[in-house]
Amino acid sequence: MQKKLLLAALAATFGMSATASYAASHGAGTLQAVMDKGFVQCGVTGGVRGFSAPDENNNWTGLEVDFCRALASAIFDDADAVRYTPLTSTERFAALSSGEIDVLSRTTTWTMTRDTSLGINFVGVMFYDGQGFMVRKSDGITSALELGGASVCIEAGTTTELNAADYFSSNNIDVNTVVFEEQDEVLKAYEDGRCDVYTTDSSALAAERLNLEDPDAHLILSQIISKEPLGPSVRQGDDAWFNLNRWVYFLLLNAEELGVTQANVDDMLASDNPAIKRLLGVEGTYGDLIGVSNDWGYRIIKALGNYGEMYERHVGPNTEIGIARGVNALWTDGGIQYAPPIR
Amino acid sequence: MTDTKQGSVAFVRSEMVPDAPPPTSTQGVIGWLRVNMFSSIGNSILTLLSLYVIYVAISGVYAFTVTNAIWEGTGGAACRVENVGACWPYIGNRLTFFIYGFYPDTEYWRPNLAFAIGGVLLFLLATPQIPGKVITGALFLIVYPVVTYFLIYGGSFTGLLQVPTEKWGGLMLTLVVAVTGIVASFPIGVVLALGRRSKMPLVRSVCVVFIELWRGVPLITVLFMASVMLPLFLPEGTNFDKLMRALVGVTLFTAAYTAEVVRGGLQAIPKGQFEAADALGLNYFQATMLITLPQALKIVIPGIVNNSISLFKDTTLVSIVGLVDLLGAVRAGTATGTWSAPTIPVTGYLFAAAVFWVFSFAMSRYSQYMERRLDTGHKS
Amino acid sequence: MASGVPLQKTKTAVKRISSEEGWLNMASENESSGSKAVSDAPAKASLVNDPRVRAIFYQALLLAGVVWFFIYIFGNLNANRASQNIRTGFDFFGNTSSFDIGFTLIDYDRSSTFLDVLIVGFLNTMLVAVIGIILATILGFALGIARLSSNWIVARLATILVETFRNIPLLLQMFFWYFGVLKLMPGVKQSLELPLFIVFNNRGIVTPAPILSDNFNTVWIALLITIVAAFFVTRWANARQDATGIRPPAARINAAMIIGVTGAVWLISGASLNWSIPVLIGFNYQNGIHIPPEFLALLWALTIYTAVFIAEIVRAGILAVPTGQSEAAKSLGLKEGDRLRQVIIPQALRVIVPPLTSQYLNLTKNSSLAVAIGYPELVSVFMGTSLNQTGQAVEVVAVTMLIYLTLSLTTSAFMNWYNARIALTER
Repeated sequence: MQKKLLLAALAATFGMSATASYAASHGAGTLQAVMDKGFVQCGVTGGVRGFSAPDENNNWTGLEVDFCRALASAIFDDADAVRYTPLTSTERFAALSSGEIDVLSRTTTWTMTRDTSLGINFVGVMFYDGQGFMVRKSDGITSALELGGASVCIEAGTTTELNAADYFSSNNIDVNTVVFEEQDEVLKAYEDGRCDVYTTDSSALAAERLNLEDPDAHLILSQIISKEPLGPSVRQGDDAWFNLNRWVYFLLLNAEELGVTQANVDDMLASDNPAIKRLLGVEGTYGDLIGVSNDWGYRIIKALGNYGEMYERHVGPNTEIGIARGVNALWTDGGIQYAPPIR
Repeated sequence: MTDTKQGSVAFVRSEMVPDAPPPTSTQGVIGWLRVNMFSSIGNSILTLLSLYVIYVAISGVYAFTVTNAIWEGTGGAACRVENVGACWPYIGNRLTFFIYGFYPDTEYWRPNLAFAIGGVLLFLLATPQIPGKVITGALFLIVYPVVTYFLIYGGSFTGLLQVPTEKWGGLMLTLVVAVTGIVASFPIGVVLALGRRSKMPLVRSVCVVFIELWRGVPLITVLFMASVMLPLFLPEGTNFDKLMRALVGVTLFTAAYTAEVVRGGLQAIPKGQFEAADALGLNYFQATMLITLPQALKIVIPGIVNNSISLFKDTTLVSIVGLVDLLGAVRAGTATGTWSAPTIPVTGYLFAAAVFWVFSFAMSRYSQYMERRLDTGHKS
Repeated sequence: MASGVPLQKTKTAVKRISSEEGWLNMASENESSGSKAVSDAPAKASLVNDPRVRAIFYQALLLAGVVWFFIYIFGNLNANRASQNIRTGFDFFGNTSSFDIGFTLIDYDRSSTFLDVLIVGFLNTMLVAVIGIILATILGFALGIARLSSNWIVARLATILVETFRNIPLLLQMFFWYFGVLKLMPGVKQSLELPLFIVFNNRGIVTPAPILSDNFNTVWIALLITIVAAFFVTRWANARQDATGIRPPAARINAAMIIGVTGAVWLISGASLNWSIPVLIGFNYQNGIHIPPEFLALLWALTIYTAVFIAEIVRAGILAVPTGQSEAAKSLGLKEGDRLRQVIIPQALRVIVPPLTSQYLNLTKNSSLAVAIGYPELVSVFMGTSLNQTGQAVEVVAVTMLIYLTLSLTTSAFMNWYNARIALTER
């Protein structure tokens, strides 16, 4: 009797969760599941300007958001068929491996441990970053080596925490670390004077500096102490979905390399260049190989532009964040962004 | 006759002396003050000290919230002045966000309606004078959650715009978590309490282990578990969304506490009631539903309400696992560039504190009222 | 002898009745008296209606359900982890943590292991819990007594405090104290220098640190011995008082003994005690003991929040002692202090202690909220950072919960023991 009641109660509790959608068993694959539900579920930050942050109309925007939008364009020909799940650093991998999100595009550093032991696969590098330091101008610091005795504010569960420990211990600098669960708290604590230094990826530093009361009173040191290749990642064990993500990323790079932009994409359809023809699906059936329509390339570029355009739109020198292309330029321009050919 | 007698003893009064007023030191304002505030030197010192504390606190709060406060402005800039108090435009500007989170503004009527229905049902349920408790109870515990779910979430057959749970937030989310926790945990808690009092050793031990496990750990670990571990326990591809996982955690956690409260109620029922039920030939189910539970549940109302207060306050923890409840909404606003000024966080916290306080205080008053009411009812 | 026989008879009769009651009760447990009565029952009922059979059936059903549940979830767990290639096992405890922790009670650096992280976190939790419990008890008793004060304004003030802090979420209070009050603290350069070389600023409090010479251990031992001795002196004094009604001056004897003996040992052993004084070098004060503001904010918030609950418990406990007790003590001529100490408080404690213990437990569990304000306690360093760096959610969460569970069960066990000791022995 009691047991039945117990089971009934449990069933009632879980049964209420009609949202507990049964998305795709292992065999069917994420792509099929995404097509069935009609949108891409994209894991993003709680708000890092330039990468993923809600604008004044509460629409998500940013370089990493654009990757998810590109995916949606390729699959549905609708860049808005994306739903966003803001995640903390701590819960992001669990959210991906549980299937709560389809792709994690949340300023996540590609490391060996993460790639091999967390059940995720990194797709590519949307942004080559490195960890930097922000200090108050009034402290008169010019190098990270002068930070002995300082208090350092860090966000929990990030590579930042590890890099800082490595850097300071290898340079024999004694610092005091203060770790917060959420980025908002880190910034607030830094602003309140709890810390002398705020350290995270330098791109995020540039974005966060704008959120300070008086951005001009703060300085980002030129030292970069780590390699932080930030990129989207997907669940391990679903190669079809992984391939689609990876080639959407490569397509964005190839488009820039071939000079195909949002503005000229319609003209480019008539191009004689076979590489452009393949890119835009005029020639070949490359879409079939990754399970989407053959004009996937055209759809993406038409909706969002190429990688360079996304970069300029969200983090480039003309934005409030203002980060020069640097290593993020194409290999043809002296950077390291390089994509295998579509052929 | 009497005249002669009176006249004969001249020193005896012929009439009663009118009652003299009590000494001024024991009556009126002064007397009250003497008795209640200045009865001894130590007490006088304490009184003066308390008055000083009250003065400092009130003048400080008044200066912060009224005199030095900023009342108008469209951004943090207005509040970036020397010696500034509360920055009220921040609350005004973000009020809808604090209440509804990212919920689309054309659809606000839906949560409003849902909570209006809930309020009416709760009022009917909570007022002892109104009859029909079984029907309202069933409505509130079974029908209402379903209706609310479809009303707020929308989609499927309702024809309403589907609002995914990522867009829920603010006070609305706080209430959703609290109400779901209270409503869903109730039946589980009752079953666990009955199980713990069962005569079957295995049933008893399973219930004891379950109850003590959840009561022994902090809610934050339960929420962490729900958010990072629960997905791994389900078959691949089953996907609860984030809110649902938090709700499962909160429900199981609260159920353990509800179970202990209900157990207290069951224990308070005289043994004769059980024996009488057995003597009537009722089976376990009948005896429980007709005899013991109705009595026990009546006794435990204050306890359940107290539980609800704790749960209501504990809902703030979901902001640690990344849900934007009322506290989360207030916190989210304070870090952005447009609204960054020295007193913005404190202003936000004060606002949230006031909202939480009103709800909790009202519940605790109700609990005390019921306690008094039940107290007289049970004096034998 | 003669009177013994009927008594025995009555006992048997009582037993007989109770066993019949057990049968009427359809007692399903296999208690000796109950089952005996059942087996004695003349009419054999159908097996389906036999409560024992039914009980076994239900329990078997439940057991099967529980076993199925665990097989199901662990099956899923293994399948999920295998298909996503997630590492398993507890090997990570021996791995290098490679991150720093800002506030530790033991030696710790980035080359320490995850086991060290667990210990650091646990000790930090216990530190804030123990200090918080002491402070909350003191404040709570003061507030509880204040609410019952005959002084109207003191009682009102206490009531307002209690009602305010009781009804606001702890996490919110914590944010308020940390982010609200931290802003108002002076910066390092404008530090408040208090007497005794104590420095106060928005990095917390820095106090001079004692530097003890090696032979200082003898002093500690002396202190320990005298404290133990003081305990026995107090017991002796109590016994004397019970026997003769006159209390020896135990407090003075103890104070003299502890200070005198320990001091003498200190002088004789030649142990030296120096102080490392905080000095401002570069960014912050160096040397001395640093108490971070996260700790202070957490401690303050936990203390106040718990104290208001303790105040209510204390109030209820004192109110539960009948006025007659106080009046009787008065008529016996006991002094005010003795009346409280010997009559009221011992009786109030019976009511106070059980809920008080659960408040202590709540405080310990609530300290986990520190994760939000950056105090490196168990949940923050282990369930936060370590979980992230290792990615082994199941192991880390399970270990964390187990630690809290152990704390809870230990406290409950103690409470049950204490309750049994002080419970009224009625009838």
